[in-house]
Amino acid sequence: MSKKVIIIGNGIAGITCARHIRKQSIFDITVISSESKYFYSRTALMYIYMGHMKHEHTKPYEDSFWENNRINLVQAHVEQISSADNNIQLNDGTNLNYDFLVIATGSKSNKFGWPGQDLQGVQGLYNLQDLQTMEQHTKDIKHAVVVGGGLIGIETVEMLLSRNITVSFLIRERSFWDTVLPDEESRMINKIIQHHKVDLQLGTELKEIKSHNGAKVTSVITGNGEEINCGFVALTVGVSPNISFINNSGVETDRGVLIDHNFRTNIKNIFAIGDCAQFKTPLDGRKPLEQVWYTGKLHGETAAKNIVGLNAEYLPGHWFNSAKFFDLEYQTYGLVLAQKADNEDWFWWQDKKGEKGIRILWDKNTLSFKGINAFGIRLRHEICNDWLNDKTPVNTVVHQLRKANFDPEFFKGYEKEFAAAFNHQNILIKN
Amino acid sequence: MEMDMSLSLANHAESNPLNNRMKMGAALVAISFLVLLLGLFNQFYNPILLGIFIIMISAGSLFYTNGLYANTVDGIKNNGVMFQSLTNRGLWAWILGIVLTGFYIILYWYPQYLGLNKNGNTGLVRFFDPLSYLLNGKQASQWFVYGTFYTLAILLMGIKFIRKNRHSKYQVFRTVSVMFFQTAFAFLIPEFLESLSADKAYFSKDVKNMWPLNIYFTDQWNIDGMLKGGNLGAFMLVMGIGMIFIISPILTYFYGKRWYCSWVCGCGGLAETAGDPFRQLSDKSLKAWKVERWLIHTILALVTVITVAVLYTMFYDNPSSYWLNKKSFSILVIVFFAIITSIVLLKRKTIFKDFDKKAFIIALSVMGFTVLCLINILMSNGRNVLFLDAGILRQGYGFFIASVFSGVIGVGFYPIMGSRVWCRFGCPMAAILGLQQKLFSRFRITTNGSQCISCGNCSTYCEMGIDVRSYAQKGQDIVRSSCVGCGVCSSVCPRGVLKLENGPIKTKKLQGPIQYVNGAFEVTE
Repeated sequence: MSKKVIIIGNGIAGITCARHIRKQSIFDITVISSESKYFYSRTALMYIYMGHMKHEHTKPYEDSFWENNRINLVQAHVEQISSADNNIQLNDGTNLNYDFLVIATGSKSNKFGWPGQDLQGVQGLYNLQDLQTMEQHTKDIKHAVVVGGGLIGIETVEMLLSRNITVSFLIRERSFWDTVLPDEESRMINKIIQHHKVDLQLGTELKEIKSHNGAKVTSVITGNGEEINCGFVALTVGVSPNISFINNSGVETDRGVLIDHNFRTNIKNIFAIGDCAQFKTPLDGRKPLEQVWYTGKLHGETAAKNIVGLNAEYLPGHWFNSAKFFDLEYQTYGLVLAQKADNEDWFWWQDKKGEKGIRILWDKNTLSFKGINAFGIRLRHEICNDWLNDKTPVNTVVHQLRKANFDPEFFKGYEKEFAAAFNHQNILIKN
Repeated sequence: MEMDMSLSLANHAESNPLNNRMKMGAALVAISFLVLLLGLFNQFYNPILLGIFIIMISAGSLFYTNGLYANTVDGIKNNGVMFQSLTNRGLWAWILGIVLTGFYIILYWYPQYLGLNKNGNTGLVRFFDPLSYLLNGKQASQWFVYGTFYTLAILLMGIKFIRKNRHSKYQVFRTVSVMFFQTAFAFLIPEFLESLSADKAYFSKDVKNMWPLNIYFTDQWNIDGMLKGGNLGAFMLVMGIGMIFIISPILTYFYGKRWYCSWVCGCGGLAETAGDPFRQLSDKSLKAWKVERWLIHTILALVTVITVAVLYTMFYDNPSSYWLNKKSFSILVIVFFAIITSIVLLKRKTIFKDFDKKAFIIALSVMGFTVLCLINILMSNGRNVLFLDAGILRQGYGFFIASVFSGVIGVGFYPIMGSRVWCRFGCPMAAILGLQQKLFSRFRITTNGSQCISCGNCSTYCEMGIDVRSYAQKGQDIVRSSCVGCGVCSSVCPRGVLKLENGPIKTKKLQGPIQYVNGAFEVTE
């Protein structure tokens, strides 16, 4: 008999899960979301605001896809889960039964109790509704403040600049994203931010958000006591699991919904995937919460296997990621952290113009390759992954870097310059 | 939730004001058009005025480009594309579309309104006489005027495209290439050669403009012109045939159809330069892809049938004037189609892997239709193709396909349907190169592991309407017959996912979608 699967959330994790269940079964699949009926790519929100794309361009599948693949879409908000009755309640009063439930509700933007954080024109940027309010509140304003130096923060800065709105960028840390990036990389990005004439305020916290009339924001006060007049404040200080509706459902939560390595919660037929899921015991070298696009895909795919009855454990493999800071592309393969460990060594190289940068990380004892940060260049995922799998000697990687080049044709090579600089500084590991 | 930001945002113009250089550039371009208008209304005929027009429109365009891009950082410049009237099917787009369409209609069917007159031009055509005399020693024709505009557009908008994409050497080289081929091969060299052989009958002297894009290559007057055209004529005939059967398949094997469509071709050249602001308007739906496959291959079949019919008629009417006669020509045609048909039937499993049965049916119907028509031609006196005269068919093709489709719709509708409508749905040359690209070329766009975030920039800015993202998010190589290899998908990708490649193919990635699953790259479907 066909089982009923309900997936709450139509982001990348939920949708991937639905697609993979459909590929492997004839289960009855329903995906519920209050944000939008159709799946769209959240990562493209910035491009809608900047006018590169319209919302319709951010939908990876045509609207007919869902009906053709018999995936029911319901636009509603889930009020409550009754795990004892295998049943959920929607905001319109409907009750739906399930055999399997998947929680894939993603994140919500953090707010840390600042005075004035609920004023008009103060918001995070995570979903379509955020984009709409940002659209409304940034009309006819001259200056905005972005608080929080992460990926969404720098993207929000770029968005505002595209509308000729000047920006003050308040970052609590001493340098941009320096909790993730080593010094040189972080400084490289500081420079780019300043090059775009952003008022970059490092080591500066937000103290208070003020309004003249008590409705819309008019200024912020920083930790240094400086007042900055502004018409919009973006709070981009991270996200946390969007799970408040799960209270009293019997599903165990901590920061996120607690899961094992098969994405099962404490209740056997309830799964959690994506941003909102938290591993009870994190995998080696990985965090309990994973909030990137491809992990959402991997979660969804692995959970789908478990739902259709194949026993599949989460094996995410080597860490990788990418981002774009204004026009500077960034890719990373392997785990290159802000600080290297005692048994690690690394080498940083930058080209003369400061447009490209590579950091290579290796094990001091075995001299095997452990990771790479690449700025302004593109590297081949498969090759880097092979090097990590094979624990290739760092020397070999340096001298075969050309194999991993993924830049478009006719782009200037950097490999020789990089290898020469590496050899110059690392004579000891030349073998 | 439906949300069209471009409608909720009435006007962003004020947030991106024109700077002084842009204003000055726009003013110069506007004045240069006024000068042209004076010419059209028979006010001035003066080589100096023509010079002023060319200098002013060039200077204006360069000033504008400079003002637009000089103070920007190298990188992608698509801010506001979806908000602006011109690039988002707004009022300006419709005005421009109607003006361009109108211009093509007058150019093709009412050139007398441009002032064309064999006994002495007037108006706009007269305005360009001095340049025509300078280049080929004859008075201008409407085609000379068109060629001049066309070349100017590719050059000036090419410079704009290069400035916009200066961070990408691929884009820069490619654009310099189309600018060169248009200016030298399509414009200056043919005009110059024309002046050297003014006493001989006219024939096509643009080497790169090959059959079947150039449908009149096989018309009797052109063949006769080449045969009586001395060394140059012989060269054009040999090159023309060599391009079709030898040079283009070899180049397509190594580099994909891009060597022609986005590096050499004049239609492609205009689309990549003047048409660039409209590339995002192409239709990405599966339905459009279906229409594309039917339409372009039907036109290829049509052009083949018509060409065979025209040539057969020629050999039939003139039994001893050419090296070939109707019998030897028939044998050649039959052998050629026997080879093509056997290849398709033998390799059907590799050819139709992606969209299997449906595509196979399309191919079979199109080929079946072609073969039926050919039998029909070769069994009759050549004048009878499905009860129609070859000459009438040839005229019909010239009117509906070569003029209405490629010109009026192809370029006139740039601001509404995007810049590659002709190349995608109509061009029989693109159809042939596309089949070669799909069947045996090394060219493909590779995707980088699992870095894709499905944002959609690649699909949005694909002028051929390929849903690039649908491949990229599966980690699958993109091997599509319509891809012209412009490389813009790779440029706009924010995560470094796409790369145009022609190296030897690792078969692994062509077997199916590759996903990064559980720590390894696996074929998942």
